[in-house]
Amino acid sequence: MSDTVPGSTPMVRFDAVDKWYGDNHVLKNINFEVAKGEVVVVCGPSGSGKSTLIRTVNRLEPIQKGKIYLDGQDIYAPSLDVNAFRQRIGFVFQQFNLFPHMSVLDNVTFAPLKIQKRPRGEAEAFARELLERVGLAAKADAFPGFLSGGQQQRVAIARALALNPPVMLFDEPTSALDPEMVGEVLQVMRSLAREGITMICVTHEMGFARDVCDRVVFMDEGQIVVDAAPDAFFENPDHPRVRRFLADILPRH
Amino acid sequence: MIDLIREYWLTFLIGQYPNGPLGGLAMTIILAFCGLLASFPIAVLFALARVSPWKALRIVSGTVVNFVRGIPLLMLIFWCYFAIPLATGYAVSGFWTLVCALTIYEAAYLSEVVRSGIQAIPKGQLEASRSLGGSYALTMRSVVLPQALFNVLPGMASQFVSTIKETSLGYVISVNELTFAANQVNNLVLTQPLQVFTILACIYFVLCFSLTQVLGRIEAAIRRRRGLI
Repeated sequence: MSDTVPGSTPMVRFDAVDKWYGDNHVLKNINFEVAKGEVVVVCGPSGSGKSTLIRTVNRLEPIQKGKIYLDGQDIYAPSLDVNAFRQRIGFVFQQFNLFPHMSVLDNVTFAPLKIQKRPRGEAEAFARELLERVGLAAKADAFPGFLSGGQQQRVAIARALALNPPVMLFDEPTSALDPEMVGEVLQVMRSLAREGITMICVTHEMGFARDVCDRVVFMDEGQIVVDAAPDAFFENPDHPRVRRFLADILPRH
Repeated sequence: MIDLIREYWLTFLIGQYPNGPLGGLAMTIILAFCGLLASFPIAVLFALARVSPWKALRIVSGTVVNFVRGIPLLMLIFWCYFAIPLATGYAVSGFWTLVCALTIYEAAYLSEVVRSGIQAIPKGQLEASRSLGGSYALTMRSVVLPQALFNVLPGMASQFVSTIKETSLGYVISVNELTFAANQVNNLVLTQPLQVFTILACIYFVLCFSLTQVLGRIEAAIRRRRGLI
């Protein structure tokens, strides 16, 4: 978090981005930057466009206007190799999306082996190291079907880290989990944040936002309405929509 | 009926072989196996074409599949019987004519089974592979197809069973298979057609039923290993 160099190229930059689903204007003139090493939480009511926003960063969702840059590179440049570009971004889904026909280890080594064609020994060693980090070294040979939701999500994080991406995107990583499993996933995310990896997390976990992130971005109806440090966001929510959102969500935590 | 089996079991099993052409149950299995072996890769290619991002490919493959599914197999067999010699300039044996017709017919049906399997794979699986940087081809090959083919194993098994039964239509172009053998036996015995064809029915049933069972067990074992219910 602290190794942000002032004035350096932002890791992710949105420049006047608009997106429509048919007539539905889901992202409206988004301008927003994430510096290298920064941890940003994106929150907002459902349907506010926060998942769409994060999915545009690795081109899972196309945009119709504006530009998005990853480390200074236009991600819609015609010369860009989209598959190579995506290897620099780890993505964690709400529904984990582990490959059910592969063991945990094979899930984590999928990208290094099949996409980057690295030697098996090296890929497996790193995969085991990652599984160790998410506390699941013992489950390397299990199939995802035998794991709890929290364990599956931790494997999914390890899988997303397997190519050592400089950026990690989390799309509501704890929303599909039973409450007692949220903690183990957040703990992994906290330790990642401390390691200085750039993170954008769409989440309703306000505790995580308060303790870990550098900035909170609040979205409503396709727009970024607040972009503030966590203290300012939680202590003095000056936007009425934010106050209503926090009032709705905080009693649950 | 026991006497019939005792006397003619070899004819039911292998036809006139070794004093004549191989036939009977052995030939039926070989025909069905050849049909499946040839139609499976074609079916997968057609299924991939039908879900591909390229519209022209979708239209062409869809037209072919729907056309073949819209004609009776018997007609297709006759058509191959007359068309293949014309197209290739060679006299083709009944065996290869039937294999060819079965392959075309089964490929069309099997491709629909495979396509439904591909389309039933949650979009998140595709997104997971693509977001790691996997190409479309790799995603199909390593993520979508292995799951889709496994999920449609029951459908493919029933398609294979249909193929076994459909080889009996080879009778109309005098292919030496099980039904043909039964008819030969019937022509020798003359007085017990009901018994002869009951034996024929039992053989088909035992073959098809045990195949379904074996495939069902293999599927269940894989499911258990992967922790899928």
